[in-house]
Amino acid sequence: MSAMITLHIDGTPYRVPEGQSLAAALIALQLPSRVSVGGTPRTPFCGMGVCGECRVTVGDEPGVLACLTACRHGLSVRTR
Amino acid sequence: MSCSHLETDIAVIGAGPAGIAAALAASERGARVAMIDMMDEAGGRVWAGGPAHGGTRRAHAMATLEGRGVLHLRGVRAIAGAPQRLLLEGAAGAHLVQHGRLILATGARELQLPFPGWTLPGVVAAGGLQLMLKSGLRLEGRRVVVAGTGPLLLAAANTARQAGARVDCIAEQAPRERLLHFALQLPRFPDRLLQAVQLRAALLRTPYRAGLRLQQAEAGEGGWVCRVTLADAQGRTQHHDCDLLAIGHSLLPELQLAALLGCRLRDDGQGVTTDAFGATSVPGLYAAGEAAGVGGQRKAWIEGRIAGLAAAGRLDETEALLPQADKERRYAALLQQAFAPRREESPALTPETIVCRCEDVPLWQLADCASWREARLQQRCGMGHCQGRLCGGALALHRGWRTGADTRIPIVPTRLDTFIHLAQLTPGDSP
Amino acid sequence: MASADVIVIGAGIVGAAIAAAAAREGLRVLVLSDGLPGDGVTAAGMGHLVVLDDDPAELALCKLSMALWRAFEHQPRAQYHRCGTLWIARDDAERELLRHKQARLASAGIGTQWLSGSEVESAEPALRLGLAAGLCVGSDAAVYAPAVAADLVAQACEQHGARLLMPCRVRALRPGGVLLDDGGTLDAGAVVVAAGPQTGQLIPQLPLIPRKGHLVITDRAPQARLSHQVVEVGYGASAHGGGDSVAFNVQPRPTGQLLIGSCRQPGRADAALDPQMLARMCSRAMDFMPALASARLLRAWTGVRPGAPDGRPYIGRWPALSGTWVAAGHEGIGVTTALGTARLLVDQLLGRPTVMDAAPFDPARAVRMAAAA
Repeated sequence: MSAMITLHIDGTPYRVPEGQSLAAALIALQLPSRVSVGGTPRTPFCGMGVCGECRVTVGDEPGVLACLTACRHGLSVRTR
Repeated sequence: MSCSHLETDIAVIGAGPAGIAAALAASERGARVAMIDMMDEAGGRVWAGGPAHGGTRRAHAMATLEGRGVLHLRGVRAIAGAPQRLLLEGAAGAHLVQHGRLILATGARELQLPFPGWTLPGVVAAGGLQLMLKSGLRLEGRRVVVAGTGPLLLAAANTARQAGARVDCIAEQAPRERLLHFALQLPRFPDRLLQAVQLRAALLRTPYRAGLRLQQAEAGEGGWVCRVTLADAQGRTQHHDCDLLAIGHSLLPELQLAALLGCRLRDDGQGVTTDAFGATSVPGLYAAGEAAGVGGQRKAWIEGRIAGLAAAGRLDETEALLPQADKERRYAALLQQAFAPRREESPALTPETIVCRCEDVPLWQLADCASWREARLQQRCGMGHCQGRLCGGALALHRGWRTGADTRIPIVPTRLDTFIHLAQLTPGDSP
Repeated sequence: MASADVIVIGAGIVGAAIAAAAAREGLRVLVLSDGLPGDGVTAAGMGHLVVLDDDPAELALCKLSMALWRAFEHQPRAQYHRCGTLWIARDDAERELLRHKQARLASAGIGTQWLSGSEVESAEPALRLGLAAGLCVGSDAAVYAPAVAADLVAQACEQHGARLLMPCRVRALRPGGVLLDDGGTLDAGAVVVAAGPQTGQLIPQLPLIPRKGHLVITDRAPQARLSHQVVEVGYGASAHGGGDSVAFNVQPRPTGQLLIGSCRQPGRADAALDPQMLARMCSRAMDFMPALASARLLRAWTGVRPGAPDGRPYIGRWPALSGTWVAAGHEGIGVTTALGTARLLVDQLLGRPTVMDAAPFDPARAVRMAAAA
């Protein structure tokens, strides 16, 4: 079983299994990844880098796909 | 962003079963091979987290490849290509790959059909859910409903169950008669029959209903999906409370790199046109697995092996494999016939149903559009992040538009500081 | 009985504007288009409403047309974005160019605001440091031309009895009419050729030089924002020079996306994406706007700007064939000058005095240009 690590999503710390995809973590935690053009919350959808619903800002970089990103200790994620 | 340079004899795009099989075969015959995949872990959609058999085979294959010095570029995506050159983007930088031959094992993506509520938080793609489960998602205490069409629904339901979920229902929109017809053909493919029986046995307690399509998803107070309504052909409905709704409407081959490089595609849009050895219409370019026609893991494995041998110049050694590959292609045709969604069996849309998720374009805004081009140009449909990959499939089904025809650079959204390395695609005066 | 009073070939922004203006005057209009209204070159461009000052006649036409564009300011589908143009200078030599630009614009009654290097930094923090100066033309704007063109044609049809034939390919012009690809013919008192790059096929004696361009668009990019459309003052040299060139030209879209240009390849009219040109263009963009480095590009495409050798569009009667008129060769300012072009063309069709001197745009000058060559 993977070690648990701490990352931050919109400033709040969460404990998640290391190596789990960030998209999986968002689903597990029931957190939206982004807000749509029309203002509705969206969660990861296709899981394989196609749909873009899981675009989040990781560190300084916006537009990172959570489904292609692994949870690592200290990651700072922003969804808005 | 830096751009590293890599030279190899054979480049393989995709580290799923087809890509791994191709890399094994080619490296076994002494070729320098580089395998390129967008995921961090090899296995594509199919392997790991699934049956133990697949997991062991993958691990063994990867160890073998590593032992042979096959390069595995992880977390990297192709963004543009030219003859014998590919520009790739990864998190750490860009890569320019110069290769002799190229094997496209780019896999498949899911066709997703819109319905009221499909954009709600907690509605995920069935294959997407499988990948999340593969990466360690646990679903203890969660109720999951799986709906749409295709064998992937069963696989996703099983993986969810193994992760602790309670799968309340698997709703298959194909009518019972067609499923029966499909099942009756399975004895021709004993491996598949066994697999199907195993899967059904694993899901014995899970209701698997045919002729049932998605009608609506609703959210609870927190905005998360909490209920799904399914409907049969007569319009009778049933409701299921759920914490996650996994949807999928069969698979489409991932063809954009193939199209960009000039490969001829099958008229029915079901894959790259290849000969028996996986050769495409472009000399030196091969395709294997789902990219050459969606047909599952076994087809991918054998076609990958054939293409790897062919690319390594060992056509004669493919002889023995051809009959089995043929058989796998027949299975693929059977799958296609059974599970390609039919419009009249698919979820109905209301005028407010979002068709383009990236730009939030509802159906009513497309009422006056007579073509895909018009939808994009005049209503922004397909002009957002995914550039029509999602809504294109749905509109091809609902409107009969040709939506997959474009070949584009960049193939996927790309950082501008990667894009400036495009210059390296043309040999000569690269900086 | 003639098919119409006026046949307009082409439903890009120029053809659409002419069709709408003619129909509003009560003329029976028939629009022939090989594709969707608003597609073609119109769909490939930036939709930049920009006054260009290199040539006095062109400047006057821009000014006339810009005033007419104000009517679209509150039409949602036009996406009229009053972003202005900020011309920027990197050094003393370019600062001089800006001064001349300011003076020429001022003499045409177009107000501008001078910015020092540090004022440019405050106005546009995303740009690189150390720019010498900037000139802001606050009245410039950006529009989504494909929607405007489509709506102009639709309006002409729905409100003024115009008709659209699409898809319809014209094989050749005839006196007082056209011959279609399918062998059919159509007659009209006047045939207006507003067919963009295809104009040259219909009127081979009209010199038109294609200049191929590339554009890329980013995803919504919160880390890289601009308030104005920012263009390097060297753009002017690029527009009229001889070889392949790139220039910094970035437009903030109302969606938050950034539209990145620009480049020119004179003589090229093919649609293929050129990795070298894209790389050069993007490098230059990143050079001027470092924050662009991490912006994600969604799509790249090409377009062809057909222009006359002397840099001015053709607007008026084509003397070599009776009943034939031209509105083409707008190079990079087709959207900007479409409405002014329509005004001039329709005035001439109706035999009315034109609101500004149209002689500089006389297509007949092509004959003189050819004779001089």
